[in-house]
Amino acid sequence: MGKVTFSIGGVHPHDCKYARECAIEELPLPQTVYVSMAQHLGAPAKPVVAVGDSVKVGQVIAEPGGFISAFIHSPVSGTVKAIAPRKDLAGNPVMHVEIAVEGDEWDPAIDRSKELVTAIPDDKALILDRIKACGVVGLGGATFPTHVKLSPPPGKVAECLIINGTECEPFLTSDYRIMIERPREIVVGAALMQKALGGCKCVIGIEENKPEAIASMRAAVAELGYADMRVQVLRKRYPQGGEKQLIDAVMHRQVGSGGLPIDVGAVVQNVGTALAVYEAVQKNKPLISNILTVTGDRIPANLQHNYLYRIGIPLSFVAERAGGVPDSAAKIISGGPMMGKAVSNLDAATVKGSSAILYLGEEVTRRGRQTACIRCGRCADACPMGLEPFLLYRLYKAADLEGLEKNAAQDCIECGCCLYSCPARIPLLDHIRQAKGQVMGVIKARAAAAKAAAEAKKQ
Amino acid sequence: MTQTVIWTVAILAVLGLLLALILFWVARKFKVDEDPRIDEVEKVMPGANCGGCGFAGCRAFADAAVKAASLDNQYCPVGGDEVMQKVASILGLSVAAKAPQVAVVRCNGSCANRPVVNDWDGAASCRVKAALYSGDTLCAFGCLGCGDCVAACQFGALTMDPQTGLPVVDEKKCAACGACVKACPKHIIELRNQGPRGMREFVSCVNKDKGPAAKKACAAACIGCGLCEKTCQHGAVTVADNVAYIDFTKCKLCRECEAVCPTGAIHGVNFPKELDKDAVKKRIADRKAKAAAPVIPAAEPESQDKKEVSNG
Amino acid sequence: MENKKYIVSPSPHIHADISTTSIMRDVIIALTPALVVSVLVYGWAELLVLLVSVASCVLLEWAVTRWMLKRPSTVGDLSAVVTGLLLAMNLPSAIPLWIVFIGAVVAICVAKLPFGGIGQNVFNPAITGRVFLLVSFPAQMTNWAPTRGFITVPDAVSGATPLSALKEALKSGDTIPQFLDAHGYTLSSMFWDIGASAGEISATALLLGFIYLLIRRVVKPWIPLSILGTIALVSLIFQAVNPDLYTGPIFNIMTGGTLLGALFMATDYVTSPMSVWGGVIFGVGIGLIDMMIRYFGAYPEGMSFSILLMNCTVPLLNMWFHQKKYGRA
Repeated sequence: MGKVTFSIGGVHPHDCKYARECAIEELPLPQTVYVSMAQHLGAPAKPVVAVGDSVKVGQVIAEPGGFISAFIHSPVSGTVKAIAPRKDLAGNPVMHVEIAVEGDEWDPAIDRSKELVTAIPDDKALILDRIKACGVVGLGGATFPTHVKLSPPPGKVAECLIINGTECEPFLTSDYRIMIERPREIVVGAALMQKALGGCKCVIGIEENKPEAIASMRAAVAELGYADMRVQVLRKRYPQGGEKQLIDAVMHRQVGSGGLPIDVGAVVQNVGTALAVYEAVQKNKPLISNILTVTGDRIPANLQHNYLYRIGIPLSFVAERAGGVPDSAAKIISGGPMMGKAVSNLDAATVKGSSAILYLGEEVTRRGRQTACIRCGRCADACPMGLEPFLLYRLYKAADLEGLEKNAAQDCIECGCCLYSCPARIPLLDHIRQAKGQVMGVIKARAAAAKAAAEAKKQ
Repeated sequence: MTQTVIWTVAILAVLGLLLALILFWVARKFKVDEDPRIDEVEKVMPGANCGGCGFAGCRAFADAAVKAASLDNQYCPVGGDEVMQKVASILGLSVAAKAPQVAVVRCNGSCANRPVVNDWDGAASCRVKAALYSGDTLCAFGCLGCGDCVAACQFGALTMDPQTGLPVVDEKKCAACGACVKACPKHIIELRNQGPRGMREFVSCVNKDKGPAAKKACAAACIGCGLCEKTCQHGAVTVADNVAYIDFTKCKLCRECEAVCPTGAIHGVNFPKELDKDAVKKRIADRKAKAAAPVIPAAEPESQDKKEVSNG
Repeated sequence: MENKKYIVSPSPHIHADISTTSIMRDVIIALTPALVVSVLVYGWAELLVLLVSVASCVLLEWAVTRWMLKRPSTVGDLSAVVTGLLLAMNLPSAIPLWIVFIGAVVAICVAKLPFGGIGQNVFNPAITGRVFLLVSFPAQMTNWAPTRGFITVPDAVSGATPLSALKEALKSGDTIPQFLDAHGYTLSSMFWDIGASAGEISATALLLGFIYLLIRRVVKPWIPLSILGTIALVSLIFQAVNPDLYTGPIFNIMTGGTLLGALFMATDYVTSPMSVWGGVIFGVGIGLIDMMIRYFGAYPEGMSFSILLMNCTVPLLNMWFHQKKYGRA
C-alpha cells in the first residue's frame, strides 16, 4: 500500500529531528519531586496520602476526581513532605504532592524484569482495569484517560485502532526513539488495546521521514504475528498526528463536527500510550515515567538528549542535567514548536504528558511585527479543518458569535497552521482559540437549556 | 413635445400614487403595536447603548422598564439618579436613590513595583494572555497590561499609562457602565461608590498569594498582614485569602488603614490634603493608649465587664 | 531564569519563512523578464516611464502614510513598487512623464490609501490608475509611437496597437483574415512582439515570470486559467459563427492587456476572491466582460475595465464561496 495523508490543508515545516540519534538515557532522581494532581484531561485527582506518609515507587498517591480522571502513582520512594499548590509551567497554582526522595524502593507487585510478555490476557475487563489502575493516559499530547477511550459507549463499535507513530511535530524524537528501541513492547501494547476493543484491526501510522522506525516496527509486527495488524507509511505533513487528520489519512473517513473518533469506528492511541499500556497490563507498572526530548535549534549535539524521566521531576533539574539552558535560547517550550506551551516557570514539574524541553533562538521564534492582512488566503489553504482563519479573526474582532459558530470556529484543533503560514504575522490562532472557547460556551449552554427544557416537558 | 411632457407627468404621477398605496398597505399590515411610553423613556435615556444596565441597549432597557412593575432591578449607571427619576415619573413608579459609582483599578503593579520576568510575544490582548499563563510578572493576579479594558470602554475614560503600564480611569468621563469590569480577565477593576467629592479609600491589590510570595512579586502588593483590619474602627476592612478589601459602604474615610499599611497597597484618592502618615499613626497610638490606660488602675472585675460588652 | 527574560507566547512557536515583503519581492522578480524586454525594445523612454512610475508610487505612499495618516509607513513591504511597475507596464513608452505621475497619484492616493492601504483596497490600484488615465488622456494613452529601443525587433509592429488597428480596419470594411494578412501577424510573432503597451510586448517573458510565481507558490493558477479559458471559448464560438467579423482565441489571448491582466493584475491577492470557486467565477466574469468589450464595445480592448468591474464582486464571492470543511457536508 502506498503512502497516504489527510485531505485538507496542512503545512510542511522542516522536521528538525536533531536528537534522533540520541539513545534514551535514564535520568537520575533529584532530592525532591513534585507530583501534579492535574496531569490529565478532566477532573484533577484527589490525593490519598497525608504529609509524613512514606511511599514506595508505584504506590497510589491520588485517585480519580471524576469519571474523566486518572490514578496517580508515586514516581519515587520517600516521604510526603507537603500537599500544597505549586506553580505549573504557566505560573498558575496547581495542587502538587511534594515527595522527598529516599532510595529507590519499588512496590513489590511491579514486575521490573526486561523479559517480553507476549501472551494477551483473554479477559477484556482485566486489561481495562489494569490500564485504569495504572493511571495510563494518552501520551500524544491531550493526556485523555486511556481506559475511557478504550471503552466505546454502548452502540458504538471500534472498527480500527490507529496507533499514532507520526510524531509530526518538528524537533520531537521521543516516539521515534521508543519505536527504535522498544518496538516489540509497543506492538504488544497495541495488541492489548486491540483485544480491549473487541478485536478490531490495527494500523500503526508512521511518517515517511522515519524509515528506521518503519523498518523496526514492521520487523516487530512480523515477528510477533498478531492478527490484523500492519504498519502504514504516511507522507510527511503537519498535523498528521492530529486525531481527526490521522483518521482521514488512514481510514478516509472524517469525524463530524463535535463528534468523536468512535463515531466513525476509529480509536487513536499514541505509540507512547501503547508502551504504557504494555507496561501496565503485562508488568503491572503504573505510568510513572515517560520519554522526554531535550533539543533546540542550533544547539550543540552534546546538549541534545532523549531521557527516560520520572514524572514530578522539575523541568529545571532536567535542563541542568542536560547541560543547562543554552545562551542562544530565547524561548523555552514544553512540547513541540507547533503546539507546545511556552514555559514561563522552569521550576515547574514534569507531568505524564511532558514530551520535550525545546530551546528556540530569537530569530526562529520571534513573531515579528504584525502587518496588514493582504488576503493571500494562505491560512485557509493551511487549515487542516478547512476553516478560514482570516474570517474567524475578523468575526472575533467584531464579537460576532453567531458568525463564528456558522463558520465553525468550534472545529478549530489549535494546530497552529494558520499562524505558521501567515506572511503578515497576524495572531490568528491567539484570537481563534478565544473565539472557540466562547462558541463552545454558547453551544454547551444551549445544549444544557435544551436538556432542561426536555426534562421539564417529561415531568 | 407637449405630448411627451404630459405622458411623462402622467406616468410618474400614476407610479407615485401606486407606490404610495403599496407603502400605506404595508405600513398597515406590518404595524407593530408598541407602548408609546417606550419611546418616551428612551428619549430621556443617555443613548449610549453601552449595556451597563444589563440590557442590550437603551431601547431594550426602556422596553423592560415599561413592562416591569417596579424599577428595583433596573438602574442606568450612565444617567444615574437624574435619569432614573425621569424614567420613574414617566412610568408613575418610584425609584430609590443610588450612590454614583466609578471604575477603580485595583492593581498597583507598575513597572517599578513589579519586575517583569517574561517577554510577551503573543497578541496584545489580556484575554489571550490570561488564557495562556499567569502573566509577565511573578504576580498571577494583577494587571496584564494589554489594555482590554481600554478597548472595552465606550466613553474614552480609560487609558494605559506608558510609565506604569497600568490603566488609568478618567473619573470625569467614567460612566460606571461596567464594560471594563467584564473585559478584565483578572477582575481587578471594580465599580465602587464615588464617595463624597470623589474621596475614596481602596486596596489597590488583589493578590491572593501569601505575604512573602506576594511581596517577592510586587513591592506594592497587599501581603494580608491584617494591620488595616485591626486598625479600622468601622469594620470596613476584611482580610480574606491573604488580601484585604475595604467595604465602601462602611468606610468613613478616616485613612487610618492607609497610614498603617506597610506596603502602600491601600490608596486614598481625591483627598484635599496629603496623608500625614506619622500624624495618623500617632492618633491611633494615642487612642490605643487611652483605651488601655483606665484598665491598669481599675479593679479586675471592671475590665471583665468591659470585655463582655465588647464581645456583645 | 532570574535575569534573562524568556519569550512567552501562545503556540505555534515557529513560522514559515515568508512575509508580505518576500511575496512582493517574488512578484517583482516575476515581472523582471517582461520589464527587460520592454526596456530593450522601447529604450530610454520606457526606462524613464518605469522609474517615474515606481518612484512616484513609493514616494506618495511614504509621504501620505507619514504625514497625512500618521502611521507606520508601509513602503517597506514593496507593494508600492509592484503597483508602480504594473502601472508603468500598462502605459505607452511615449507618454509624457507628468501623466505617469498623475496615474501614480490616482493609484496610491485614490485607489489604495483611502481604503486603508494594503489589504483593504477594493480596486486594483495600478488598473484604477491606468483606467483613469485612459479616460482622461485618451490621445496620449493610445499614442503607441515607437520610441527608439536598444534592439530592433524583426516584424515589430508600430503605430496603433493591433487591436485599435483592427477596430479601424473593421470600420473600413475589411475582414479579419484580410487584416491579419496585411499586418503580417503570425502565431510565432505573437509570442514575441505583439506591440502594445510596454508590458504586453512579450508573451513569453510574461509567461516565464508567471511560471516562477507558480513554482514559488505565490499565486494559484485558477484565476488566469479561467480568464484565458473563457476568452478562448468565447472567441472560438464567435469565430465559428463569423470568421470575417470576429477574431480567434490566439489573437485575443496574445493581444491587448490580456496576458498581463490575467497573469499579474487579476491575481492580486487583495482584489481577487480567496476560494478556488470564487476565483473561477471571478475569472470567467473577467473573460466574458473583456470579450464583450472587444467584440461590441467602443474601446479596442477591455481587460482593465473587466478586472475593475469584477473587483466589485469580490466581497460577494468571498461571502458565497467557502472551502470544504473537514467533517461537514
